[in-house]
Amino acid sequence: MHTIIRKCCRWMSWMLLLCGVGSAFASKYNMPVGVTPISREIYTLHMTIFWIVVAIGILVFGVLIYALINHRKSQGHVAAKFHSSLKVELIWTIIPFLILIAMAIPATRVLMLMEDDSDADLNIKITGYQWKWKYDYLDENISFFSNLATTQDQIQGKAPKGENYLLEVDKPIVVPTHKKIRFLVTANDVIHSWWVPELGVKRDAIPGFIHEAWAKIEKPGTYRGQCAELCGVGHGFMPIVVVALDEPDYKKWVAEQKGVALKQANALEENKPLTKAELMEAGQKVYGATCTVCHQATGMGMPPAFPALKGSKIVTGDVAKQLSIVLHGVKGTAMQAFGEQLTDKDIAAVVTYQRNSWGNDDQAKFGKAAGGLVQPSEVAAARKASSN
Amino acid sequence: MTPTRVSKHHDDDHDHGAHQEPGFLGFVKRWVFTTNHKDIGTLYLTIAMVNFLLAGAMALLIRSELFLPGHRLIAPDFFNTMTTMHGLIMVFGVVMPVFVGLANWQIPMMLGAPDMALPRLNNWSFWLLPFAFTILLSTFFISGSAPNYGWTFYAPLSTKYGPPSTDFMIFAIHIMGMSSILGSINIIATILNMRAPGMKLMQMPMFVWTWLITAFLLLAIMPVLAGTVTMMLTDRHFGTSFFDAAGGGDPILFQHLFWFFGHPEVYVLILPAFGVISEILPTFSRKKLFGYHFMVYATAAIAFLSYIVWVHHMFTAGVPIQAALIFMYSTMLIAVPTGIKIFNWVATIFKGSITFETPMLFAIAFLFMFTLGGFSGLMLAIVPADYQYQDTYFVVAHFHYVLVPGAIFSAIAAVYYWIPKWTGHMYNETLGKLHFWLSTISLNITFFPMHFLGLAGMPRRIPDYALQFTDFNQIATVGAFIFGFSHLIFLYNIIQTVRGKGKKATKRVWEGAHGFEWTLPSPPPYHSFLTPPVFVEEASSHEAWDVSDHHEK
Repeated sequence: MHTIIRKCCRWMSWMLLLCGVGSAFASKYNMPVGVTPISREIYTLHMTIFWIVVAIGILVFGVLIYALINHRKSQGHVAAKFHSSLKVELIWTIIPFLILIAMAIPATRVLMLMEDDSDADLNIKITGYQWKWKYDYLDENISFFSNLATTQDQIQGKAPKGENYLLEVDKPIVVPTHKKIRFLVTANDVIHSWWVPELGVKRDAIPGFIHEAWAKIEKPGTYRGQCAELCGVGHGFMPIVVVALDEPDYKKWVAEQKGVALKQANALEENKPLTKAELMEAGQKVYGATCTVCHQATGMGMPPAFPALKGSKIVTGDVAKQLSIVLHGVKGTAMQAFGEQLTDKDIAAVVTYQRNSWGNDDQAKFGKAAGGLVQPSEVAAARKASSN
Repeated sequence: MTPTRVSKHHDDDHDHGAHQEPGFLGFVKRWVFTTNHKDIGTLYLTIAMVNFLLAGAMALLIRSELFLPGHRLIAPDFFNTMTTMHGLIMVFGVVMPVFVGLANWQIPMMLGAPDMALPRLNNWSFWLLPFAFTILLSTFFISGSAPNYGWTFYAPLSTKYGPPSTDFMIFAIHIMGMSSILGSINIIATILNMRAPGMKLMQMPMFVWTWLITAFLLLAIMPVLAGTVTMMLTDRHFGTSFFDAAGGGDPILFQHLFWFFGHPEVYVLILPAFGVISEILPTFSRKKLFGYHFMVYATAAIAFLSYIVWVHHMFTAGVPIQAALIFMYSTMLIAVPTGIKIFNWVATIFKGSITFETPMLFAIAFLFMFTLGGFSGLMLAIVPADYQYQDTYFVVAHFHYVLVPGAIFSAIAAVYYWIPKWTGHMYNETLGKLHFWLSTISLNITFFPMHFLGLAGMPRRIPDYALQFTDFNQIATVGAFIFGFSHLIFLYNIIQTVRGKGKKATKRVWEGAHGFEWTLPSPPPYHSFLTPPVFVEEASSHEAWDVSDHHEK
């Protein structure tokens, strides 16, 4: 009996050592504690269940290992004859049941807390698109798309990867700290899932339905997440960046956004023609953010699902046809309608860029229609024509 | 049925094999037209092995792409087809057929029957499969990509946005479902009608019991899957809107239907594995299975609960809190009967007289690692925590821990355990042990780091990842390659055993083996038991549960 106890003790101390090493690297590889009351509750729950499970594991594996060491035939152990006992069966039915009840109580409490999204200070509608997020500040009339900012060169290994590789966007969602923010999550095409671990929020974005989640961020900072539901070829390339600002900074940001929106509206009214250099420069940016996942930076696409734009009949042909496809998409394919996502200037720029890149402007090869400039006014006209 | 006289195999001499005509045509005809349970079992095991290597190769492609961040080997779209096909083939083409194959070989022998109850149906249910998998694999040659929406093929990604090849996948699933339903009917008919005189239901071997329950699970869920994919088909082509909100449908309806099939399906994959483990542990512990009655009840309880937990796959999809609570509780409840099984297995080993032949090694690995998978499953049941775990590598780690050391390891253990009986020759024990150690260690190198990746925030099904996930992805990839190639040792060992390279196996093969199959010669006669043996059991005496003493006179 003594030796058993000593063996158990030695074994336990090994386990404790392991646990120590474990907790040392847990800071990097465990669930983040996060910056909201809910994320902290979830973390506590996660660790509680984890330690309960570890305790059960030590017990079960302990007995198992003891038997495997001591009840070997090579040690001359003769098999016992027992093969049933109602008493022990009842014990190991009832005790786990009680442990489960003990687990379920805190889990229920946290779940109730998560569901209570009443009295929000701020409502933000989040819409998942293939493969970007759109944020609508319902109380402020601010609305924008948020695209992956990592360049194709980094993804293709032609440029060194930045610190936030695949976790950076062109325009983050900005929110105030210490306010109850209600997220209304939906999708435009397929199911996505909006997940920011540090906020303790993961909500599937489902087309045709709106689901709610909330967060109250306690610390200003930048929090990164990713789409968590397979949504097609760009699933790995639609990150989420949340920037939490203290109230005054947030107010400043809101005012700025309204100013930007005003300026954009004015610029559109002016409708002044842009030069080729301007269009090409803007077009390359739009192309990189919007088109490269499928059509590739080289314009070669990934046929047959995603056709090449280089030498394409449409891109080297009639402008009207190309504009119509960019505005309204192609039904039954992954080509979406970009009309509602991009401004007239963006579309004019990206169409111009496509028509003048990869040798598409070679009129000797593709005929007279190839190349050329597209102005925002033409896009506006095309929009109007199709809406009539 | 009145008890029949105990028989000797007086007809063994003129009944040793299939009637095979000479030449290649004779070979083809024998295997295509066979109605013999052993031949069909062999066919099932063969198709499972082929699919295992194929889907395993796909996993290695996935792991190669994930060795480093950045686009390296395969394009994101092809990556998605790899994850989809790896999952579909492993579930429908490996784990399901391997256990049907084991059922075909073992159930008639364990019951003391000459064959399955419905031999022609048996032939048909197998031969549907090669066609189903040919159709499924043909999608790689269809323009516009093979299925690329994950093995769960959620709508609308698979309906409105699915590539043309989706229709072929739907058709393949229809055929596989038909095959499973026919197979289940056959297994139920065999178990209920063909038991040796004197063998009551509560005296059947555990492997037979778990298969009986599995067959009923399959009968209930396969029509649901068939209905779901049919609804997909009509949504895609005939103007319905079951899963399209724009037409008044609901994409979440798809998830409810899929997981109403999908969750019991998980138990279809694991219950026969429980049966195998319940056969192997007593043999090599030389001690009767502890708590047989409770083992049967626990299996039935797991099967029942498996029907009422499906929403736990959908907590983040937005279910009402009442539903979330109910499904959390029912999911946690599954831990009780599963715990009973684990505890009973430990009690079976405890105070036994243990030896460590290859099947036993794999069974012990099952005990340890399936329990680990169960622990992470319990963590996943906690809804608030599930919001953080859902769709991350934590889930990938969880289901690979229950499926690989769970279902796959028990199938491997079963092959090592019964192959001397099937072929009449022992496998190479040294190679078997080498296979065990390589695969067990590399399995943990592959899947254990995935827990941490998931907790640190890596979503599943992404072809490229942020830099902080690099180190553990590299470890997992190295492990995956060792794991994959270790199975070539297994394949070589099987081939050598089938070719008769090992030493001759005895009737009983293992010192502690009990049951009707061990009373037959190795290899057993073509029509196992032409005259039913008599089943005798006296629960009070350890020696008497062994039927062979009565049989081998």
